[in-house]
Amino acid sequence: MDSRSEILKRLRAAAPPPAPLPDPRSETVPYADPLAQLEAALQAVAAVPVRVAGVAALPEAVAAVVAQLGATRIASAVPGAAPGTVRPEELADPHELEGLDLAILPGEFGVAENGAIWVNAAALPHRGVFVVTQHLALVLPAREVVTDMHAAYARIAALPRSYGLFIAGPSKTADIEQALVIGAHGARSCTVFLVG
Amino acid sequence: MIGHAERAARFAADDARAHWHDQALWWVRAKRDKAASAVPDWERLRGLASAIKAHTQSRLADYLEEFERNATAAGARVHWARDAEEHNAIVHRILADRGATRLVKSKSMLTEECHLNPYLEARGIEVVDTDLGERIVQLAHEPPSHIVLPAIHRKKEEIGELFHHKLGTAAGLSDPKVLTEAARGHLRERFMRAQAGLTGVNFAVAETGHVVVCTNEGNADMGTSLPPIHIACMGVEKLVPRLADLAVFLRLLARSATGQPTTTYTTHFLGPLRGGELHIVVVDNGRSRLLADETFRRALHCIRCGACMNTCPVFRRSGGYSYAYTIPGPIGSVLAPSVDPRAHASLPFASSLCGSCDDVCPVRIPLHDQLLARRRDAARAGLLSSGKRLGMRLAGMVLRSGFLYLLASRLGKLLGRALPRRILYGRWNVWGRQRELPPLPRESFRDLYRQHRSERRG
Ligand code: SF4
Repeated sequence: MDSRSEILKRLRAAAPPPAPLPDPRSETVPYADPLAQLEAALQAVAAVPVRVAGVAALPEAVAAVVAQLGATRIASAVPGAAPGTVRPEELADPHELEGLDLAILPGEFGVAENGAIWVNAAALPHRGVFVVTQHLALVLPAREVVTDMHAAYARIAALPRSYGLFIAGPSKTADIEQALVIGAHGARSCTVFLVG
Repeated sequence: MIGHAERAARFAADDARAHWHDQALWWVRAKRDKAASAVPDWERLRGLASAIKAHTQSRLADYLEEFERNATAAGARVHWARDAEEHNAIVHRILADRGATRLVKSKSMLTEECHLNPYLEARGIEVVDTDLGERIVQLAHEPPSHIVLPAIHRKKEEIGELFHHKLGTAAGLSDPKVLTEAARGHLRERFMRAQAGLTGVNFAVAETGHVVVCTNEGNADMGTSLPPIHIACMGVEKLVPRLADLAVFLRLLARSATGQPTTTYTTHFLGPLRGGELHIVVVDNGRSRLLADETFRRALHCIRCGACMNTCPVFRRSGGYSYAYTIPGPIGSVLAPSVDPRAHASLPFASSLCGSCDDVCPVRIPLHDQLLARRRDAARAGLLSSGKRLGMRLAGMVLRSGFLYLLASRLGKLLGRALPRRILYGRWNVWGRQRELPPLPRESFRDLYRQHRSERRG
């Protein structure tokens, strides 16, 4: 018998009696001000939330962060935010992303409970741009906030099925004596523009 | 045969280090408590997680088929491995067929369990573990000592020394920031030249075919977005039925592991990189046997958060290596005897049975009950040391007889006071080796009870 059939057969033979599948939905009370809660959660995961009054004010807010980081090689997947100096869609090989100072990417929605932002990475010209870049900026419409992870998956289920991820702040590690260090392999900082 | 107690004694011989280790893990445990208590429906989540796992177990084969259908439709190739050997061979074949000799790995306890690294290295493949803690122990030629904090047993000065020798950093470094930066540079180079990336799997979703990987460093994302080949290795028990179930497990996982509200990157892989390949290796390696075992199948609920280790008073004071098994701590002591009851017979005794592991386990595995059941199995199989056997038989005799019990307690009280330390704490008293016996009370419970009763009557 091939391995697949044998494993499935063994698992069927070993299966415990049927048990019901519970409804995993949340009973948590929604936050009074989800956006404020998201900002607090972002800070807790070492991201930098920046409130922007509206789309018109976005370029200026982004320019300030670019200047502060001294970023010159910038890829922008948010046309209204910054022009960008590198065009990832023209790079044949993701290895050419190395040396990118800043990537500006759109977020779908943020989770107030934990500061995670859902990024539809299938839409990116190169999947890993968010992690290869030295710094990351996410642009999120301020109204796109969900309470918790239950609400988050309800949103994800309504989107086309694809590769995607939650990003909660910059890359970090605590593997050396439990000391928190920001910037392990991925982005050294994560700015989140909350627009509108 | 050398058992847990002897190996633990070696770790505890360095008193300062043992205390430091204890404190470091207690700190993580305290962070976990804070995070858990901030979630108002925490207990409900634990109940849900346990129920979802129980349901999934009852239909695991169906869900695996559903998962395979969906993952394949999205462009992945699903492989099946009965055991560690087959798993290793599959991974090797994928690499060899494509001429790949440089592999970057993101943390995976399953590949540790299968001893994949030495298997591949013996076949000419360079394997680089990229999680910082994993890289540290890899450079030191050690296995991880903890499933979430692989290098928790190493001091920063030792890591500085290791990096000085292996990565050519300046001598005498010990600042975690500087050391992490050095590792970042070193590993980025490895990511850039890798031809394939391998990851573990935290969760796999039957309904959609996603495999989900959680990291804080982003190493899984680096390792799967630069090289064109991604190999994801998962035990059969990683499956959940629906996307919606992930909400329950993700709310529990990072909080239980490190006290964070969530991991930095929670990546939902579906299909390969453009122009690349995604291989998913589904591994049994003893899991179906465990599933068939009514008493222990709930151990398969484990989501590898490490909380039971951080809270365990024995683990904290004896170190991960004292377990001599890939998964240490309370859950490891439950799992190991199903792999080899003889070799791991001492592990179920590496517990105070205080039940703290049960309290923190996010999926409510009844760990201390299972440890007790493992002890019973070991005793029935005749796997206890002669000392323990004799002690247990004596204790059984004494506890069964009212007269002997009375005699023993009187004698104990008398001798405990009268005997010189040298004799009392002699070789025979294993309990007295690392600790003082508690002061003996003047009156026994029996005396107090009698007295109390006669007072009430009188
Ligand atoms: S047994 Fe429970 S507490 Fe221990 S690692 Fe597994 S899930 Fe975490």
